[in-house]
Amino acid sequence: MAETIIQVEEEKEPLFGKKERKLLIDPINDNNPITVQVLGICSALAVTTLVNKAIVMAVAVIFVTAFSNLAVSLLRKGIPKQIRMIVQLVVIAFLVTVVELALKAANYPIWKELSVYIGLIITNCIVMGRLEAYAMANKPWRSFMDGVGNGVGYGVILIIVAAVRELFGKGSLADFKIIGNTPEYLIDTTQNSFFAWYMPNNLMVIPAAALFVIGIIIWVQRSRNSKLVDVS
Amino acid sequence: MGDLLNIFIKSVFIENMVLAYFLGMCSFLAVSKSVKTAVGLGAAVVFVLTLTVPINWFINEKILGPNGLFGMDLTFLRFILFIATIAAFVQLVEMVVEKFSPSLYNALGIFLPLITVNCAILGGALFMVAREYSIGQATTFGFGSGVGFMVAIVVMAAIREKIRYSAVPPALRGLGIAFLLTGLMGIAFMSLMGINPGNYMK
Repeated sequence: MAETIIQVEEEKEPLFGKKERKLLIDPINDNNPITVQVLGICSALAVTTLVNKAIVMAVAVIFVTAFSNLAVSLLRKGIPKQIRMIVQLVVIAFLVTVVELALKAANYPIWKELSVYIGLIITNCIVMGRLEAYAMANKPWRSFMDGVGNGVGYGVILIIVAAVRELFGKGSLADFKIIGNTPEYLIDTTQNSFFAWYMPNNLMVIPAAALFVIGIIIWVQRSRNSKLVDVS
Repeated sequence: MGDLLNIFIKSVFIENMVLAYFLGMCSFLAVSKSVKTAVGLGAAVVFVLTLTVPINWFINEKILGPNGLFGMDLTFLRFILFIATIAAFVQLVEMVVEKFSPSLYNALGIFLPLITVNCAILGGALFMVAREYSIGQATTFGFGSGVGFMVAIVVMAAIREKIRYSAVPPALRGLGIAFLLTGLMGIAFMSLMGINPGNYMK
């Protein structure tokens, strides 16, 4: 009796088995879209000055990668090979339009600040790359998991970079003052934050800092994992 | 005229697509391994940006805008139409170039399809909308952004060709050092900030 039950379970393929877990976990470190696959750097870095912006961007990208993977995977048998790029782009553009309008309605100031970068998720290589590499050849549920995993892997790097830049550049994290003094504190000396001697470092606010931070993340990651080292 | 020159200089150096806005970063990092291919991709980007930005300007004003063809505000269709225009245009250019100039096709060939998903192209169109440029300004901006991309990728390729002979720590080789170099180049380009030729032309 026990044997037959196990067999039935194996045939059915569990909804959340080892493969699905691998699809979710792998992109976060070993197969990270930004630091290993070099996908989706384009629209990523400019939104990393503040943690809040990075979180919104990460959520938008997770939504788009997950659902475009799902949609293209469902459609994959009906798409002619020659026009698959255009079909994929239309699916992505539709989802991005949904995200953009939803964000505009929900939080106008953040929408204004992200400006063109939400639209640029369309040409974010990570979405296209995963569609070509995974969704065109796999079943819908797994493609969805792959989309979520890659979106999260992207979001993690985005939020780490944003946290470093905001902490050292503005002395705050997600708009909460952590270190250093603001001009208001200088006037009212009875209020003090921790490490009041810290002066915000403007180098971290300029765009180039994002590249340095990612360069250092790649350095650390590759020193810990020699498999990823570029031999050429 | 000073206004156009101003936009041109700004889009090449100060608001450089790659170094200030990180657009087109994927192809920037992938294709900057040798100067020759970098020049090829750069030329293709200049060409496509110079033509798609004005085309998208017409689509935005004359078809989607409230005073356009349908007389109503259709701007929510902007993303889909822009990307479809770019994809169709790149396809068209590829066919025309293949027919009339096989040598140019061989030189650009592999880079043209790559350009559809180059964020710099769509970014150019979206910045053009966000900044409310006129048609002349939009064309200048497209051309300038393309040139800016080309300058950045050619310089980067030249540096990467040299750095192959340097003793870079193993974990930093390839992608890591490319990121740090791009950051340093971004800082170098920042020193051009404040150039405002339009002021001298008046």
